[in-house]
Amino acid sequence: MIKRSVFSSRTLPYLLILPQILVTLTFFYWPAVQGLIQSVMRSDPFGQHSTFIWFSNFTALFTDPLYLKSIGITMFFSISVSTVSISTGLFIATMANRALKAKAMVRTMLIWPYAVAPAISGILWLFLLHPSYGVVALGIKRWFGVDWNPVLRGSDAMFMIIIASAWKEISYNFVFFMAGLQAIPKSLIEAAAIDGASPFRRFWTITLPLLSPTLFFVTVMNIIYSFFDTFGVVHVMTQGGPGGATNILVYKVYQDGFIGLNMGGSAAQSIVLMSLIIVVTVLQFKYVEKKVQYTG
Amino acid sequence: MKVRKLLMIVAVAASLVFLAGQVMAEPITINWWHAMKGARGKVVDNMIKAFNDSQSDYVVVGTYKGNYDETVNAGVAAYRAKKQPHLLQSFEVGTQTMMLSGAIYPVYKLMKDEGYTIDWKGYLQPVLSYYMNADGDLMSMPFNSSTPVMYYNVDLFKKAGIPMLDKTTPITWDEMGEITAKLVKSGVAGGLTCGWQSWTQVENYSAMHNIAFASKANGYEGLDCELLINNPTVVKHIAMLKDWMKDGRFFYGGQKFQGPTAEFAAQNAGVYIDSVSQIAKMQATVKDFNWDVAPMPVESWMKDPQNSIIGGASLWVFEGHNKKDYKGVAALLKHLATPEMQVYWHKETGYFPITLAAYEQLKKDGYYKEFPYQEVGIKQLTRKDPTKVSRGLRLGYFIQIRNIINEELELVWNDTKTPQEAMDSAVKRSNQQLREFEKIYK
Repeated sequence: MIKRSVFSSRTLPYLLILPQILVTLTFFYWPAVQGLIQSVMRSDPFGQHSTFIWFSNFTALFTDPLYLKSIGITMFFSISVSTVSISTGLFIATMANRALKAKAMVRTMLIWPYAVAPAISGILWLFLLHPSYGVVALGIKRWFGVDWNPVLRGSDAMFMIIIASAWKEISYNFVFFMAGLQAIPKSLIEAAAIDGASPFRRFWTITLPLLSPTLFFVTVMNIIYSFFDTFGVVHVMTQGGPGGATNILVYKVYQDGFIGLNMGGSAAQSIVLMSLIIVVTVLQFKYVEKKVQYTG
Repeated sequence: MKVRKLLMIVAVAASLVFLAGQVMAEPITINWWHAMKGARGKVVDNMIKAFNDSQSDYVVVGTYKGNYDETVNAGVAAYRAKKQPHLLQSFEVGTQTMMLSGAIYPVYKLMKDEGYTIDWKGYLQPVLSYYMNADGDLMSMPFNSSTPVMYYNVDLFKKAGIPMLDKTTPITWDEMGEITAKLVKSGVAGGLTCGWQSWTQVENYSAMHNIAFASKANGYEGLDCELLINNPTVVKHIAMLKDWMKDGRFFYGGQKFQGPTAEFAAQNAGVYIDSVSQIAKMQATVKDFNWDVAPMPVESWMKDPQNSIIGGASLWVFEGHNKKDYKGVAALLKHLATPEMQVYWHKETGYFPITLAAYEQLKKDGYYKEFPYQEVGIKQLTRKDPTKVSRGLRLGYFIQIRNIINEELELVWNDTKTPQEAMDSAVKRSNQQLREFEKIYK
């Protein structure tokens, strides 16, 4: 039998959740509904001329080869950022977990980059990798003869924003993996070691499965991060260029809506972005989560 | 000690309340939202202060609202919430959107309604023409205007044995090819680089050679205009720059100004094309070599080159305020156009004075004798009366169009497309944007 306290009054519980509902309605649902309305309208920025045009904004989007290209770019970018930051975060966490001396300090130092805002991260990396004034860029150009030029070449620019975005997220993943690793009982790993399992096998058959809830959570968070929060990195480093090679969806919304003042078109783009993220999350919870092992 | 401090605070508070009461009773507040920060922002503040001190009926409050995009968006949001300022600074590419918005009070009308008879002939025509409607009426007050010029490294020129350039007569692009070849041969990493490539190499190139950028007189005469930049002359120019990339005579340093400026400052480029408003930055940052300014090159067949076109921003008056307020707005605009203010503005920021009177004043004072490079841009801008296709550009979704041109040019620079393919694609994509924009106002 489950014990629970029950409110005698019928209105009190509603009253108690009212503030939360109000906040959610004002800051989440209202803008989303506004976006939906805007996306089926063709209007000027000042709201003087508005016409209802059904789904023209959406058909225009999906018949635009550049928008489809932008979706492809975003997918590639998102998967790359998540893969790089999750694998590196996991690797460092495993290493740090084994560190004997100065464990606390190592951990603290590794968490720092997470406190850096994406735009600042972009600036930092730009000072390293910009072909005109980047320290590292000048170095690799001079000593290794690499023709590094993210201002001109799309692939270089893509590489640059992936690094800058993933770098910051490594710390975030590190924190969660570290916590996850510490929750794994030492005895299990020691028993496996006594049975003669190699460090890699121990990691693969014990640590990783027990870490899967963390891994799952981190994957969802990383994909959402790379879809939305990387705006600052792109804005600072490439502005979507060169030749649109790093024009990820969220940056395109900003460019068309905020700078270009195309209200209908950019609203339609945000709706697409919203649906995309909903689909990704639902898929993850529906299929990936089944394979996740929760302990306890 | 403590008591005295407390007394002081009370006294200050009391006087503030008293003053505030007076302010509310007497002068009318005029709000001006702008995008000028740092040194430029201080200049704007000083100009406002001069106005506020000169009379007691109005108090102008200037507010920095972020960069151009942010300022325009702040204006849009404020207008939608019916809290619009009286004056909004908006950049030149947003001209069409502002003009058609139905939210503005045209400047020519405001000045007429308030009883000012202004001789618009006394203004720099290429500046005014950018903000006029098809009938030649001024819609917004030009504020900060610039134009692209050519910066060159005097020391590198000397080393390569190249004579210094004239400040009035432009060199030809053929001569530019020879100069950059000499620079590269003398060991400079690159010859020429430029900022804002769409503005400098397509928009201004077209204007100076009197080639239409878009049909319907560059969009002034109708929303149903189409881009024309895939014409042989422009394509040939882009192809020439592309060709120069092979031996380093031209190289690409980025869309805006940061990359190209850095290349010029690091002496990786001997010649650099960008806005005159870079002069102030150049004075502050470049210490280890001498530089000078010359007009932009033109083609050898263009014996009598047209004016270049401006960039920058203008001041828009929002509708929906009291008649009394507009009297103050008109007085402020009048104040900003006085030779005194314009001379100050030009000297401090490098942006053009907008009236001929101010220009004459500067000449008379010997300012250009002392700083001859400051006059290069203004001479290039005013060397001929603007024609229908050199007076400016009036395009809807111009920001997107510039973006498209930038993208397509980058695809030329990185060998993805030929110049012809890129310009054709730029025209096609831009025309779609223009059609979309046209539909809004039907």
